Amino acid sequence: MEKIYEKIENFERINPEEGVKLLKNGDFLELGRLANRIRFKKHPTDIVTFILDTNINYTNICYVGCSFCAFYRRKDDKDAYTLSIDDLIKKIEEAQSKGITTALIQGGLNPDLPYSYYLDLVRELSKSSVHVHAFSPPEIDLMCKIAQKSVDEVFEDLKNAGLTTMPGGGAEILTERVRKEISPKKISTDRWLEIMEKAHKHGIKTTATMMFGHIETEEDIIEHLDRIRQLQDKTCGFSAFIAWDFKKENNELGKRVKRSVSGIDYLKIVAIARIYLDNFDNIQASWASQGKDVGEVALHFGANDMGSMLIEENVMRQAGFRAEASVDEIARCIRKAGFKPALRTTDYKIVKML
Amino acid sequence: MSDLREIKEKIDNNQPIDFEDARKILKSNDLIEIGKLARSIKFKKTDKKVYFVFNKHINYTNLCISKCKFCAFYRNGDEPDAYTMEIDDIIEEIAKMPEGIREVHIVGGLHPTKPFSYYLDMVSSIKKHFPNVNVKAFTAVEIDYFSKLSGLDYEGVLKELKKAGLDSMPGGGAEVFSERVRKKLYPNKIPYEKWAEVHAIAHKLGIPTNATLLFGHIETDDEIIDHLFKLRKLQEEHPGFLCFIPLSFHPANTPLEGKIEKVDAVKELKVLALSRIILDNFPHIKAYWVMLSPKIGQIGLHFGADDIDGTIGQERVTHAAGAKSPLGLAKEQMVNLIKNAGFVPVERDALYNEIEVFN
Repeated sequence: MEKIYEKIENFERINPEEGVKLLKNGDFLELGRLANRIRFKKHPTDIVTFILDTNINYTNICYVGCSFCAFYRRKDDKDAYTLSIDDLIKKIEEAQSKGITTALIQGGLNPDLPYSYYLDLVRELSKSSVHVHAFSPPEIDLMCKIAQKSVDEVFEDLKNAGLTTMPGGGAEILTERVRKEISPKKISTDRWLEIMEKAHKHGIKTTATMMFGHIETEEDIIEHLDRIRQLQDKTCGFSAFIAWDFKKENNELGKRVKRSVSGIDYLKIVAIARIYLDNFDNIQASWASQGKDVGEVALHFGANDMGSMLIEENVMRQAGFRAEASVDEIARCIRKAGFKPALRTTDYKIVKML
Repeated sequence: MSDLREIKEKIDNNQPIDFEDARKILKSNDLIEIGKLARSIKFKKTDKKVYFVFNKHINYTNLCISKCKFCAFYRNGDEPDAYTMEIDDIIEEIAKMPEGIREVHIVGGLHPTKPFSYYLDMVSSIKKHFPNVNVKAFTAVEIDYFSKLSGLDYEGVLKELKKAGLDSMPGGGAEVFSERVRKKLYPNKIPYEKWAEVHAIAHKLGIPTNATLLFGHIETDDEIIDHLFKLRKLQEEHPGFLCFIPLSFHPANTPLEGKIEKVDAVKELKVLALSRIILDNFPHIKAYWVMLSPKIGQIGLHFGADDIDGTIGQERVTHAAGAKSPLGLAKEQMVNLIKNAGFVPVERDALYNEIEVFN
């Protein structure tokens, strides 16, 4: 273990085997210390950023039905919905009046939506001053199928409509063993990475996410990190990494998973991500994932960003989790942790120091 | 980040830190290093062990003549939720607990009319019904009140209680020893000198006690540090403290609600660590999960704590002030929480005798 610590201390890259060892046996505070060292090398100031955004889910109809998801509905379900472009514009205007700068837009995989819906969505919403941060790789894959187009062609169309950044959802755990078990109908690891690679080639910056705390092993987590690190070496198109812990209520997977993610588990993942993803600029800690308290502590475990102050959030709420905070609260929380809060854009430029 | 190096040297050489060092620690932004310093002391004392106890809290009344401004628990007597437990109620409550309970933790308001005999009966009845349960009862504030009720001095009160079966005493009522804060928030409560006197006499009589600090309201960092150094000195002169427990103030439902925000996690962890560092003559430091929340309590094990309190049963005082932690945790949850943090869970009795090590 000492050898691995030393490597990290010297800012050397660690390999998957070392990553697994670190995750299994690394000392909690030593992980934090090393992660923090890297954080301060990459971001020498004590600024911690976050973004004001809204999370709009244009439909909850989804044909893949992942076992961890409490959000999706079948077409015939009473509470199934799809928002029209006009609905979306209204939602954005409403959010804009609350001061948000970005709309994170994602939805279920609804095969009945025409290809034009997605292009219209981006085109119409981009007319406002709110930044449109839309679609994860599974949605891009669905668009390819609906339009009978290649990934490149879809990105060309979306770019023309105004898309410049994309969230990193649908990654869950990027290993086939896990995906087969929790989301067999969702796109494969290779396809997820292929779509991200193409997005980056088209100049569309994306984030990468991970949902942990269910059936994955330490090896799965490191493989996940390793795959996105490899792609980042190639494209440099990921702007940030975000880990979410699995929420167990109202979903199939939750009935099977006995463990629950502790604050320590979460902080270790944040630290390991900061250490392993040496080619990522930003690591997010989410106050919404484990609560404000653990989010605050995460700023000492390698995270340099507090994620977003979501005005609307539906997916986790369906899984029995709700955390609310105002801009002031997040800013205070950052200050109390000993850092300086700043609002940022989707591509991590500072808009305003608070 | 290097500003803690000298302090680290002192700690590595088992030297006490001074007031200025303590200020540096609270001001430092190197949270991880602060944790490491505290944890290194914890490792020397109790290695990888983390203790918990299978216990039950009894808050025998919420009537209280003290009416402290930070308290959400007390009632005057005519409110619908004012209550006082009779001895039989208390016995019944404890009897509901499963086999194997080791400790009852008893604290209550300063009841306006109950005589001293009520408290003696309480202790002796519990002892009679549950001879193997350690009765950890009454803070120094209650002892001072009993002295007024009975006309006995502190030593007389404690001797009577001991005769009735009192085994140990909790560390509450200490709040912050600062006179400035006391005058503002709890002017009717005893000052430091009296609190210290009660504990010193208890120790002399062979009654081990704990000590606490209530922080996160209007106290300054210096007042926190002063509090800790006072306790260190008291332990040196009158040894008998088993455990120190820093308590973070919960403002909801108190007159301070809206004026003060609950203390944040980083400060909680810093104060926990600072306690371990200054109180190097205290055997144990507790990360009290009821006040810290189970999540921060668990993280606190890496910031110098070697004890996470117990299963607790039904806690009322902190929950009256809006604590969102569960009312109780099962033994299995305690074990898992400690293991998940990378430590070895040890079930203890009230006096830290080991009952079971969960390897």
